[in-house]
Amino acid sequence: MRGAPERLTGEGVPIRFDKLGVVIAVIAAYAAFAAPFATFRANRIVPGQARSMLEALPAATGPLLLAIVVVAALVALFKTPLLLRLAASAAALAALALLIGVAGTFLTPTGNTFARISPASGFWILIFAFTLLLADVLTRLELSPWARVGVLVVASAAVALLLISGSWNDLSILKEYANRADSFWAEGSKHVTLALGSLLAAVIIGLPLGILCHRVERLRASVLNVLNIIQTIPSIALFGLLIAPLGWVATHVPAAAALGIRGIGTAPAFVALFLYSLLPVVANTVVGLAGVPRAANDAARGMGMTDRQRLFGVEFPLAFPVILTGIRIVLVQNIGLATIAALIGGGGFGVFVFQGVGQTAMDLVLLGAVPTVALAFAAAIILDAVIEMTATRRREASPA
Amino acid sequence: MKAWLPALLRLALVVLLVAFLTNPGWFEPLLKPLTENNAPVIYNQGSLLTLTLLHLRIVLIATMAATIVAVALAILVTRPAGAEFLPLSRSLVNIGQTFPPVAVLALAVPAVGFGEKPTLIALFLYGLLPIFENALTGLTTLPANVMEAARGAGMTGWQRLVKVELPLSAPIILGGIRLSVVIGLATATIGSTVAAKTLGEVIIAGLLSNNLAFILQGGLIVAALAVLIYDGLSAVERYTARRMGRETA
Repeated sequence: MRGAPERLTGEGVPIRFDKLGVVIAVIAAYAAFAAPFATFRANRIVPGQARSMLEALPAATGPLLLAIVVVAALVALFKTPLLLRLAASAAALAALALLIGVAGTFLTPTGNTFARISPASGFWILIFAFTLLLADVLTRLELSPWARVGVLVVASAAVALLLISGSWNDLSILKEYANRADSFWAEGSKHVTLALGSLLAAVIIGLPLGILCHRVERLRASVLNVLNIIQTIPSIALFGLLIAPLGWVATHVPAAAALGIRGIGTAPAFVALFLYSLLPVVANTVVGLAGVPRAANDAARGMGMTDRQRLFGVEFPLAFPVILTGIRIVLVQNIGLATIAALIGGGGFGVFVFQGVGQTAMDLVLLGAVPTVALAFAAAIILDAVIEMTATRRREASPA
Repeated sequence: MKAWLPALLRLALVVLLVAFLTNPGWFEPLLKPLTENNAPVIYNQGSLLTLTLLHLRIVLIATMAATIVAVALAILVTRPAGAEFLPLSRSLVNIGQTFPPVAVLALAVPAVGFGEKPTLIALFLYGLLPIFENALTGLTTLPANVMEAARGAGMTGWQRLVKVELPLSAPIILGGIRLSVVIGLATATIGSTVAAKTLGEVIIAGLLSNNLAFILQGGLIVAALAVLIYDGLSAVERYTARRMGRETA
């Protein structure tokens, strides 16, 4: 990872290498020339045969993609203007995304519905290398929160466009999707409902609990300790352990059973996610309220505000960015943990992940894992932007 | 609360855990009501003790590898030569944390096959982030006067790193390792879905055969391990923090 120092060419003109660019160029060169671009398999579970970039694409497009990759890697290698780097990484990523679909169509024998074409290591490494470049550019540009959400929207729109246009339809992951389109959306909505629903429940219970812990010092340590211990119980075990009490409730309380509460299924998953969500919400509420400046509280008291007015008018707005940080942690964590719900029949994208693992069908694993990662990633970017916006607004409002 | 009570509780937990692992038969009557149709009460497809040791071994190997790599990376990006990588490494850490452990685990399978390897990779990658983040915090928030004094004493860059910066950051780095171990203990259970030999095997066997006793014993062993290790590492952390005169949160 040592960066190359400044070098002088024969004519004495300094050529400056970008340290990160050296890493990116090395990775990209390996991926483009030595690693397979796509994998061809006669059906969905047999081992695949590797196809290089030139073999996987029609006569003209293969060298074209190679040229784009080489140029983009060169832009990364030298110290170049940020906007040029941005254009190069975006162009390389777009070309890769478009042409992997072309490779899918090109490699599928006509009329063959069993053959599976999937992106191979070379493709993924190239995507990684240029995403690294893009991430570096975006970090260095120090975008405003709105601009970051904008980049996310543009990227999602581009992917959605590619999906709708059908140019990826010959890739194995979309063939898996085509077989399960209905259950994909059903599990997807279950996944989102689980993640968001348990977050909502945690906020409804956790905020008052956090306020209570802030006001009553004796309560604080014990509540936080209990929540901390819950946090250390592994997710898979907590999901499993909740089956017992909820099963008992279901058999002994008819009303609960009528509500759909069962030992196995969505209910224990929901409760487990809720329990995991409580700690970040409560702890951040306590930290946020504790961080409210004394002067603000004193001023509010001096103005004759009641306790309730002070809570909603002063303390809460001031603590809000910290509480939001807790909510961000919970949401990202819940989206990931909801995959485990599938193990106890709770549904969600985990269904595809575990089915795929069981059948050693990796495309099916990807069908579950890719949307999960995308959701978690989008949630993190959006909430980070919101947190930054509320924090700056607060600073502008009270330039103390 | 009396001061000796937590210590006593911890000791009781250790004794209970050791007794359960070495003589699970003793606890059969306790767990018996949780099974139906004369199903086995104690996990019978392997010894619980062996699985626990394998579980701990996976977490240990992955955490050690993660610690070495994460601390080395943090040192690199806090030196002048690697400063260019600092902002990017920060955003990579942020991005990395959005990857769910299950996804990392499942995505590692095509690359390395089933068994222990994908679990080790997932644990390693997931363990990197908290350690790297904490090492970075530790190395970038050193008291300026101490650094000045070290420079004034004529220490070379290497001496400052080994004798001042790393020891002073040790408590914070340990905090990262503790988080990483606890996450690792939990993620290792999920590793059993890709055929790694860990305690998750017991829980999954229970989920598959609808045997609550299995789920409970697998879950409780992991939970007890997590609580004990978390506590133990917290104590080490407090000890080093006191020695370094640095308060950790």
